[in-house]
Amino acid sequence: MQLQPAMPRSWRVDTKPHKFCPGCGHGLILKCLGQAVDELGIEDRVVYGCDIGCSLLSWDFFNLDTVQTHHGRTTPVMTGIKRARPELICIAYMGDGGGYSIGVQHLVSSVHRNEKITVVLANNTQYAMTGGQMAPTTLPGQKTETTPYGRDPEVTGFPFQGPEMVSAIAREGAYVARGSISNMRQLTGYLKKALVNQIEGNGFSFVEALSACPTNWRTNASETWSFIDKEMHGHFKTGEFKTPGSGQGEVRADE
Amino acid sequence: MLQKVIQEEKRAFMTGNEVVAWAALAARAEIMFGYPITPQNEIMHYWTRLAPKYGKSFLQTEDELSAGFAAAGGVMSGRKAFTATAGTGNILMQEPLSMAEMMRLPVVAVIQQRGGPSTATVIYSQQEVNLTTMGGNGEGLRIVYSTATHQELYDYTIKAFNTAWKYRFPTFVLGDGYQAKMREPLTLYDPEARGIQLVEQEPFVGQKGSPGKDRPPAQYRNTYNLEEELFEKLMSDVRDYEKIIPELAEFQSSGVEGAELAIVGHGVVFRAVREAVNVLREQGIKVCYFRPVTLRPLPVPQLKSLAGEVKKILIVESAYGQLARLVTEAVYGANAEIHTLFKPGVGITSGEVEARAREILQKPLH
Repeated sequence: MQLQPAMPRSWRVDTKPHKFCPGCGHGLILKCLGQAVDELGIEDRVVYGCDIGCSLLSWDFFNLDTVQTHHGRTTPVMTGIKRARPELICIAYMGDGGGYSIGVQHLVSSVHRNEKITVVLANNTQYAMTGGQMAPTTLPGQKTETTPYGRDPEVTGFPFQGPEMVSAIAREGAYVARGSISNMRQLTGYLKKALVNQIEGNGFSFVEALSACPTNWRTNASETWSFIDKEMHGHFKTGEFKTPGSGQGEVRADE
Repeated sequence: MLQKVIQEEKRAFMTGNEVVAWAALAARAEIMFGYPITPQNEIMHYWTRLAPKYGKSFLQTEDELSAGFAAAGGVMSGRKAFTATAGTGNILMQEPLSMAEMMRLPVVAVIQQRGGPSTATVIYSQQEVNLTTMGGNGEGLRIVYSTATHQELYDYTIKAFNTAWKYRFPTFVLGDGYQAKMREPLTLYDPEARGIQLVEQEPFVGQKGSPGKDRPPAQYRNTYNLEEELFEKLMSDVRDYEKIIPELAEFQSSGVEGAELAIVGHGVVFRAVREAVNVLREQGIKVCYFRPVTLRPLPVPQLKSLAGEVKKILIVESAYGQLARLVTEAVYGANAEIHTLFKPGVGITSGEVEARAREILQKPLH
């Protein structure tokens, strides 16, 4: 068995330690993404795009060509690059606010058009960079700065089911999965498959990663893991929702 | 696959939107991103008919935000990408174009102005001057060409790609619904056959070599942590912009020397202004015209000297003072009286300009 280096080769060593808060999930997702890029050996062809929100802190994270865009707009920028230069491998990295709220029309439309790009979305159940407001993914009863008495689904809806929506409208050839930073081996596998799907030109690829924000959750280490494993996993099913060749099959949850 | 778009010069009689599509092809634009809005639709219609014959592409996006951002992605990958819009679409376009301003992206956008505010009319106006010159949350570091004829739509669309890629500021061609929809004769030509060198595009991302090994990774951002960091970046862009103003600013004027009244107009309204000036001058009335071709940057020294030369200035526009604000700011401190003829969202005839000039000069028709 080959041991992974402490840092993926595709990471930029000179910009480490990274800019995320202690305990943030972004570093773990980007470690999985870096490993997937390493294993596929595609660093010469990748263009990595990041959004506004905490994801923007990754604008100099990788040894990869990178574009940091506006809130929710990484999807169309990557679409533009891919349409203009189909040989490039375009990764759009964003948070749940960017992908499911302000940029949801871009997500829906790029799925609908089956854009050959890979969207990776970190779900930490709230807007982190702006100080912890409610997001489409906020859990029922969860306290945020704009739901100080807890999210009332009657008033503001239930947690947004991203991969479920994407797989419902995606066509054959798409790859859709939800992983979690609590299972990094699985998450790396999903990200790798999502990139392979783009390389093979099958269709749109989407991976949501359940992430953590101890700063805004106001949780210590064990509470953070417990929130992910007990609370988030209760609302967000991990697994592959759509794989090329699976047709319109049912959700295949892991375990 | 056809290679050369225009083999030899030829006269054509077509709508302005069709002209823009031909000009973009002649400028070797490679991909258009667009979203339907009147009166620019036929730019897309002609582009989608012509483009595949020349190996070029088109994507109809979900909205103008997406069209603008995808065009930004297109130019970052090293392709000549452009978009076209109008009215409320131009409002949405300001978000991607403000990113283009910050990241110095050579995005070309053609604006065919319609009535405003809000949905208003699909027909015509000059009410998108504020938005196109100064839209976005920045300093207006962009280039705006206001065209008056179909020949200019052709010339300046070609020029817009060159300007954008040479200076790396977003560049606009500002037309309007009249220019978009009416037919007019013009000459189509291959720019290189006329000695116009087409600026070569270079990729921002996706360059040759392995990032981190053969070259540093190409990393572009529009976010800054510190006030000082932003200030330094922005001031460097401002200096770049100010340095190129003398090369960029264009104007057209005639009969300034000895004139009592200067009539200022831009775009299609300039045609009424010029006609009125010609009629008045034939009758011995001392008037002249001045037309800024670039609304950003404005030909400020020339406007200042105009305001020193004449006693009175009449600013004519199909908006309620959008050009007038730019001009009065430029001539601040000069003694010339400022008069206006504002018809927001409505066309202006030479007769109306002539009548207003006579009124100002107290020279009524007998």
